[in-house]
Amino acid sequence: MFENLSGKIEKAFKMLKGQGKITEINVAETMKEIRKALIDADVNYKIAKTFTDTVKEKALGQNVLTSVSPSQLMVKIVNDELTELLGGKTEDINLTGNPTVILMAGLQGSGKTTHSAKLANFLKKKGRSVMLAACDVYRPAAIEQLKVLGAQLDVPVFFEMENKNPVSIAQNALKAAKEANAKVLIVDTAGRLSIDEEMMAEIGNIKKALNPQEILFVVDAMTGQDAVNTAKAFNDVLDFTGVILTKLDGDTRGGAALSIKSIVNKPIKFMGMGEKMEALDTFHPDRMAQRILGMGDIVSLVERAQEVFDEQEAEKIQKKLLKDQFTFEDFYTQIQQIKKMGNLKDLMGMIPGVGKAVKDLDISDDAFKGIEAIINSMTPGERKTPDIINGSRRKRIASGSGTDIQQVNQLLKQFEDMRKMMKSIGKMQGAGRSMRGMPFGR
Amino acid sequence: MGIFNFFSKEKKEKLDQGLEKTKSSLFDKISKALVGKSAIDDEFLDNLEEILVSSDVGIETTLRIIERLQARVAKDKYVGVGELNNLLKDEIGKLLDENKSNIPTDFSDLKGVKPYVVMVVGVNGVGKTTTIGKMANQYKKAGKKVVLGAGDTFRAAAVEQLKIWGTRNDVDVISHGMNTDPASVAFDTVKHAVEIGADVAIIDTAGRLHNKIGLMNELSKIKRVMQKVTQDAPHEILLVLDASTGQNAFEQAKQFTAATEVNALALTKLDGTAKGGVVIGVADQFKIPVKYIGVGEGIEDLQLFNKQEFVDSLFKG
Ligand SMILES: Nc1nc2c(ncn2[C@@H]2O[C@H](COP(=O)(O)OP(=O)(O)OP(=O)(O)O)[C@@H](O)[C@H]2O)c(=O)[nH]1
Ligand SMILES: Nc1nc2c(ncn2[C@@H]2O[C@H](COP(=O)(O)OP(=O)(O)OP(=O)(O)O)[C@@H](O)[C@H]2O)c(=O)[nH]1
Ligand SMILES: [Mg+2]
Ligand SMILES: [Mg+2]
Repeated sequence: MFENLSGKIEKAFKMLKGQGKITEINVAETMKEIRKALIDADVNYKIAKTFTDTVKEKALGQNVLTSVSPSQLMVKIVNDELTELLGGKTEDINLTGNPTVILMAGLQGSGKTTHSAKLANFLKKKGRSVMLAACDVYRPAAIEQLKVLGAQLDVPVFFEMENKNPVSIAQNALKAAKEANAKVLIVDTAGRLSIDEEMMAEIGNIKKALNPQEILFVVDAMTGQDAVNTAKAFNDVLDFTGVILTKLDGDTRGGAALSIKSIVNKPIKFMGMGEKMEALDTFHPDRMAQRILGMGDIVSLVERAQEVFDEQEAEKIQKKLLKDQFTFEDFYTQIQQIKKMGNLKDLMGMIPGVGKAVKDLDISDDAFKGIEAIINSMTPGERKTPDIINGSRRKRIASGSGTDIQQVNQLLKQFEDMRKMMKSIGKMQGAGRSMRGMPFGR
Repeated sequence: MGIFNFFSKEKKEKLDQGLEKTKSSLFDKISKALVGKSAIDDEFLDNLEEILVSSDVGIETTLRIIERLQARVAKDKYVGVGELNNLLKDEIGKLLDENKSNIPTDFSDLKGVKPYVVMVVGVNGVGKTTTIGKMANQYKKAGKKVVLGAGDTFRAAAVEQLKIWGTRNDVDVISHGMNTDPASVAFDTVKHAVEIGADVAIIDTAGRLHNKIGLMNELSKIKRVMQKVTQDAPHEILLVLDASTGQNAFEQAKQFTAATEVNALALTKLDGTAKGGVVIGVADQFKIPVKYIGVGEGIEDLQLFNKQEFVDSLFKG
């Protein structure tokens, strides 16, 4: 269903191979494909239309560079336009208040309570003293939920079990924050529907009582066409200052991000990437654009790799590669580092074009088990000089590792191929460049 | 637009005030598009497309509906707006029709199964726990003895939340506390249901995103473990979908079905502005019936899904 957009555009341009200029005719069909892809990604129907109109204007009459195919150019125009619409630069959180008050608002179940706590954790790690306020008096165990999270983070939680008035709880929380000399007060509120006038008036009153520096609209990234209605209604009442897009650790394309940005033009400040307290990222428009277009999150992949790969180790391997001294020992070390990067399937899903292919595959983290076993069954000498592994050695390794001779042969062949490839890449790159820039260069 | 405006009368006043603003129905638009015309033209189809897609029906399903309508019109020839409207209703209804599951369709007749074991699954925050609280209420009203199992041992205060619903309904809640093995909670819940002669056991599970293999495997395990008590348990695996969810609901249905053989859907939060149109395509593609709709946060805000009402309401003014 979610065919990669670049693939779709490619298809739309198929008959036009060799054409040097983007014209009215070849654009129309492409725009239709782009619109469909955007709607499949949950971008609002009307916004998808406006978007493609803009893209069309930009595309028409552009000369196609000799080195670039029309489809690639079109993908680039779409991607650039989307990135720009999604936000320009990354926006920081405003912490100028004393104390700074951050009010959380949104529909039921969008992730307000979880993200109140995640934000508290984020700010605490930056050295701020934070207090949480539990102003959801409706949902069963809502106060308890925030208390549990606060305790986990060692952040104080203000609550009043008997008080059923969220506005007055909020006021009392602000007083308490001032007394405790907290620098930031994060106010969790109940989920509410934008058409529930009483509840919308209530949150309007909380805003009036607190005068917050930040009002964050918390919205589920899986939201469909309704995102525009809800965002607009909350913005009409609250004039919020930013958006938190949650549950992006799923596989939703997240077109709601574009819908919301277009309708209220407020910055998306954070992305929620999981249920754990650390799973909060600042927002990156370029990554979000690629995600909506189904182009894979290559930047995250590179960053994750950079976090895990030990630079010195990488340099060492790089040198060995260049000198053609790469051994099974090194290979084994590399596997361990890749495993540290996290779930293999998640990682592969971030590679453009691969996401869809691995979706239905059951790639477990045991994928390396066989390879590890084979390497473990080699003698140190064999690991250093794989050339000495003859037929009888192969048999021994196979039985020692619980694999079969074909698997051993395959690994040896792959290893040899890899060595050859690495050698040629090494030559191309020249010495002195680090591993990191290599496979993922943009 | 109030096109998914298929709620029972009691709920209506509450909902109407909200839906009022957005109420310009499909029927109105169709009528306008058809004035003085004798054939379906592009303007009409564009309108129809916009309305369906804006209700999260999705491109693929929308195109299917349009194709089916065109084929039908070519065959049956309509005379007026009213008739075209009926053909359209009929075609959408068919997509919701072919439900292959033979689970009970109400709260009173459990087809002789005792205890009737229900396992509730879905992504985070869709309304699983709340729906369980509402179901318990309905089952009790139908004279059934109910037991709940607090199988979400992960999310902060999840056990506490289900216990509150247990108290509201005055039913037993089996719990081992937080961070315990959910499969063993499920096992004990079914066992307890058997021991006390309960009619229904409903097991809550932690919200989980369907692309997390480990968590999906955990669901399969929870399901398997229950079978040690009652071989054919769970009898109902209810996937809860949030009406505001867009096309990702397809992937949710696919992965949850693969892990647990989902045989019923609940569509929550229909009291909001979201239309939940994605459920048409989901029900059609996976042949899973929509059993419940959620229309609020209160204990009474659960209704059995009624296809006729659902489809009718699409076209109500
Ligand atoms: N996977 C994932 N789950 C999340 C994320 N953020 C929140 N959740 C989960 O989503 C569910 C709902 O989160 P809550 O924080 O309770 O949502 P809420 O907006 O406070 O809900 P109400 O108070 O009922 O309106 C919980 O299961 C959370 O663990 C996220 O970024 N990723
Ligand atoms: N308006 C409305 N709100 C609902 C409905 N069903 C559930 N909710 C609300 O949605 C929020 C989440 O509901 P829960 O029952 O906690 O959802 P869950 O799926 O159990 O969440 P997790 O266990 O965290 O994954 C709560 O604030 C509920 O009150 C509904 O039909 N209408
Ligand atoms: Mg909450
Ligand atoms: Mg729950």
